[in-house]
Amino acid sequence: MSTLEVITKLFYLLSAAFFIFGLKNLSSPRTARRGNLFAMIGMFIAVVVTLFDTQIISYTWIIVGLIIGGSIGAVAARTVQMTAMPQMVAIFNGFGGGASTLVALAEYNNILGNTALQMGNQDSITIAISIIIGTITFFGSFIAFGKLEGFVSGSPIVLPFHQGINALLFLAALVLAVLAVITPTQTWYFYGIVIAMAILGVTTVIPIGGADMPVVISLLNSYSGLAASATGFVLMNEVLIISGALVGASGLILTNIMCDAMNRSLTNVLFGAVGTDGGGGAAQDKTAVTEYTAEDAVILLENASKVIIVPGYGLAVAQAQHVLHEMSQMLIDQNVEVKYAIHPVAGRMPGHMNVLLAEANVPYDLLKDLDEINDEFQTADVALVVGANDVVNPAARTETDSPIYGMPIMNVDQADHVMIIKRSLSPGFAGVDNELFYYDKTMMLFGDAKDMVTEILNFLKES
Amino acid sequence: MTGTLLVALYIFVLAIFTGFEVITKVPPLLHTPLMSGANAISGITLVGAVLSTGMESPTVTTVLATAAVVFATINVVGGFLVTDRMLEMFKKEKE
Repeated sequence: MSTLEVITKLFYLLSAAFFIFGLKNLSSPRTARRGNLFAMIGMFIAVVVTLFDTQIISYTWIIVGLIIGGSIGAVAARTVQMTAMPQMVAIFNGFGGGASTLVALAEYNNILGNTALQMGNQDSITIAISIIIGTITFFGSFIAFGKLEGFVSGSPIVLPFHQGINALLFLAALVLAVLAVITPTQTWYFYGIVIAMAILGVTTVIPIGGADMPVVISLLNSYSGLAASATGFVLMNEVLIISGALVGASGLILTNIMCDAMNRSLTNVLFGAVGTDGGGGAAQDKTAVTEYTAEDAVILLENASKVIIVPGYGLAVAQAQHVLHEMSQMLIDQNVEVKYAIHPVAGRMPGHMNVLLAEANVPYDLLKDLDEINDEFQTADVALVVGANDVVNPAARTETDSPIYGMPIMNVDQADHVMIIKRSLSPGFAGVDNELFYYDKTMMLFGDAKDMVTEILNFLKES
Repeated sequence: MTGTLLVALYIFVLAIFTGFEVITKVPPLLHTPLMSGANAISGITLVGAVLSTGMESPTVTTVLATAAVVFATINVVGGFLVTDRMLEMFKKEKE
């Protein structure tokens, strides 16, 4: 190993250390921004050191690629709406996976076209694995992006013999991979893997319902990391292996947390196609519940000493975060204790709701997660549910045949009063009716979340 | 199996464990920035893409690798910037 190579490897080690240190700092809101900066420095070091590599004979295309990619990335990051964060992360995951496939194919063609190089089993195996993971990540992420963005149907699309087709596609990719290792000069084996995994990427994500997207994004995040690791094995580059493994682990942890939050196994999420059957029993008639007005709500809120707000994704859809914050601030000024209870699946990706509320200037110390706050509902005068449904449905505790049975829910029914702002009685994502709406202590406020909260806010201002 | 490959496997497995250790401690509050930040880190493939693009190789390699540089750079630049944008918004209650 030449001196330059040794120096390069040492800098790669430094950049891996920066990544780990950065991720560690991401564990507290105080240090998180610094953590992200450390990770950026790590990346900067790795890329700059690579540019000094003696194998590089021309910089033209590198610069062109960096400028194009950098501009697209920067514009996307600056302009994306916080509500669109899940699809943004999904598509970024996809680009990461796509890059892995492309590097593997580039390396394959390099070894093939260069008479000085010999393609060993190690090369063909690692290239095949890198293509398999990278391609499914790219196409799977693209479909997830489409579902979240709305140009692919959010409800599950199930083909006849769907699981059989998926199994066959995966088998085909494996057979092609074996053939590719036996005869690595057969270019079409490798491109065949790309095609099989591309279709598989599409067919594995289309049957998954919109509500399960947090799991899918987490899993694809994990894949994008593993794809980077696989590329690291192709190029025998340690920094790729380490960084990819870190991201792979992170994605797996989040996938697990999301599954637990819905009391579903990963297999059930991936193959269950939940959301197809429209739910048991049509929603009951709206006349069965008493409808209240914003004025009624204000009387309760003003006399409360503790209010816990349970926001759901409907809040973000109605763009009501800012008025909600204004309203809660008004209550805090009137000496009401206000907290926000955030369910892990309240948004469209892990932690999404926290970001949406932080954007609306809600201080993060008011944001409490499920375990932290669930016992506090007993002492709350009002539980205010805005745009959430399944996460407060008591059926999850009792009805064994319900699709949401066993899912940990917010114990809003333990509060003295439950106030629910909702457009109608229509069931949530899981397609299940909610008996909470018919309780005596429940006050239904029908209407658009933003309009209703604004109305409450105006009454609060007047009084 | 060559020695280098074996060492690489060791590194991979140990890094997975390190990842589990470090990330388990991240609170739900920060899960979205964690994911987008981790996502940016997975853009490390950029290093491989840059090497493949710049070295002496068949045209097809240069073309594929240049596309990889574009993809990975979107991932890296976009990922880090958007994470920073989000983290900037997290503020503590004023006392």
